[in-house]
Amino acid sequence: MFQYIIRRLMESVPTIIGASIVIFLAFSLAPGDVITANYTGGMNLTEERKAELRELYGLNKPLPERYGLWMGHVLQGDFGQSYLYNKPVTDVIKTFVWNSFLLSATVLVLQWMLALVIGVFSAVRQYSLFDSLVTVLVFVAMSLPSFFLGLLLLKLFAVDYRIFPLGGMTSTGVDYQGLQHILDVAYHMALPVLTLTLLSIGGTTRYFRMTMLEVVRQDYIRTARAKGLKERVVIFKHALRNALLPLITLFALELPGLFAGAIITERIFNWPGIGRVTLDGLYQRDYPLMMGFTLIIAFLTILANILADVLYGVADPRVRHR
Amino acid sequence: MATQLTERRKAEKRQTLVEFKDLQTIFETEAGTIRAVNGVSFQIREGETVCIVGESGSGKSVTALSLMRLISPPGKIVGGEIFFDGKDVLKLSEREMRHLRGNQVGMIFQEPMTSLNPVLTVGEQIMEPLMEHRLMTKSEARKQAIGLIEQVGIPRAAEIVDAYPHELSGGMRQRIMIAIALSCDPKLLIADEPTTALDVTIQAQILDLLRKLKEERNMALMLITHDLGVVAEMADYVIVMYGGRIVEEGYVLDIFRNPRHPYTEGLIKAKPVIGRRTERLYTIPGQVPNPINLPNHCYFADRCPYVMPACLERYPETTVDERGHKTACFRCAEGAER
Repeated sequence: MFQYIIRRLMESVPTIIGASIVIFLAFSLAPGDVITANYTGGMNLTEERKAELRELYGLNKPLPERYGLWMGHVLQGDFGQSYLYNKPVTDVIKTFVWNSFLLSATVLVLQWMLALVIGVFSAVRQYSLFDSLVTVLVFVAMSLPSFFLGLLLLKLFAVDYRIFPLGGMTSTGVDYQGLQHILDVAYHMALPVLTLTLLSIGGTTRYFRMTMLEVVRQDYIRTARAKGLKERVVIFKHALRNALLPLITLFALELPGLFAGAIITERIFNWPGIGRVTLDGLYQRDYPLMMGFTLIIAFLTILANILADVLYGVADPRVRHR
Repeated sequence: MATQLTERRKAEKRQTLVEFKDLQTIFETEAGTIRAVNGVSFQIREGETVCIVGESGSGKSVTALSLMRLISPPGKIVGGEIFFDGKDVLKLSEREMRHLRGNQVGMIFQEPMTSLNPVLTVGEQIMEPLMEHRLMTKSEARKQAIGLIEQVGIPRAAEIVDAYPHELSGGMRQRIMIAIALSCDPKLLIADEPTTALDVTIQAQILDLLRKLKEERNMALMLITHDLGVVAEMADYVIVMYGGRIVEEGYVLDIFRNPRHPYTEGLIKAKPVIGRRTERLYTIPGQVPNPINLPNHCYFADRCPYVMPACLERYPETTVDERGHKTACFRCAEGAER
């Protein structure tokens, strides 16, 4: 198993190099750079001043050299300096990524737990009223865009009925400590979590329903029933365990998303997460930040792929890694 | 002949264990209602081996699954009664029914490759009914499971108990299925084509094993098959089904020596005989009738070599001769009157 993981990691080195080249080229070849972006007042600079600044940031060197310099620093753990925050990229990411993680992790747990319960029950009672109702609601929630659903919930619960705050992560003007702080953050999280959960739960529920429907038709489920086992045992032990297998990959591939932030939703609820920061970075052509962040997500995605394969081997005795 | 008669007298003294009375099981499909089992009545006595023979779709498996009440929608039992040990199975609560399944009635299926749960060890799967019905602890059940694996003739039982189904061959998996079905000492074992998916040599071993275990435990066996060789080897009593109905039933020697129904006759003729080479094996001409909209006359009429006008008017009643041999055919009805 250990050898298998090492081998997979080695194999992913070319992938990550390829990904880094693509990421680098995408941002370097995009029109405009930090000098011409609005916030530096690039519009008012003379051509000489622009050239001087490009010289300063090393933007006038040939592309291969710039890539080599960037990668060299990345390998030493230095992703460069963010123009926007005037801090190292790693510091910027570190500051905001955990806020996003908190939000996404809560959503992930809620999403999968609810999807499991709803999916299993709608599969067990296929074509029942519950199943039809769930199917309709799931499609409604899935087809609403996040900006619409987010704004709708804001209007409803923060403007019309002032149950939840309009945005942010903590109440302004107070400095809560300990439990009070946790409760305050939870209170601010409610609406973004609700939005993201509603958006993501649909697909996952459908997956659970589909795999369960497939599994309950199998011969071994009939065998389990013929043994006189309780229906609860038949469904949750015999059927669900098999239905979960194909979902392991889906789950593992959602893990990098925990660090990617939710760009639109974080914007709407003014959540100080990495998603909002990357959007700002994009507007301001803060390419070192964008490149560093994208590369980290690419790396995490490769790790998640390996994790998915390892977990699959643990869960399914028919798959064993050598 | 004398030994046969004493056998029969012994058999008749035995208590009735299962009794099907006019069982009706249907499947509601979009194309129409399929009468999978249409008025089936027969008995299984304690310790007796009853073989149910028929082509695919003749209602053999549905009869067995009706007794277990494992007919899944769109199928449902719409009429009749099934008595097991004096209790009307169709009136039991779901809880009482669970107590019957796996405990008093064990069942093994046709496909050993897919009938075991791939993510659980075989030991775990044998232990489950023991813990459910016999209320054993995990360690007791495990000990019992190892014993059962030995009894079904698998060597190295202590290792096999922790194996997963994919690590075992088809024959071994079917043995494990038998171990599961027998774990709680059932009074009846239902075997739904237990050897169809196996090689011929393994088939013989599995049949030998079933016969041995059945005798040791004085258990009744309801064996579903389409293989007349299996019937000849195993059965005390034979039920022949066609189109969801019983067309003939009787003791095994009567059925083979003196088949009354043209369908049974055709089946026996179609069986290849070792040592006799023929250009072509015999086949019954025609097709199994469409299970939707079955005719209101004899279902076999359009394939029958002896078809008479009466056969195309109504379904024949079942007649019984003095030996207890039952047949649903006008030719026999005439013979009885004569």
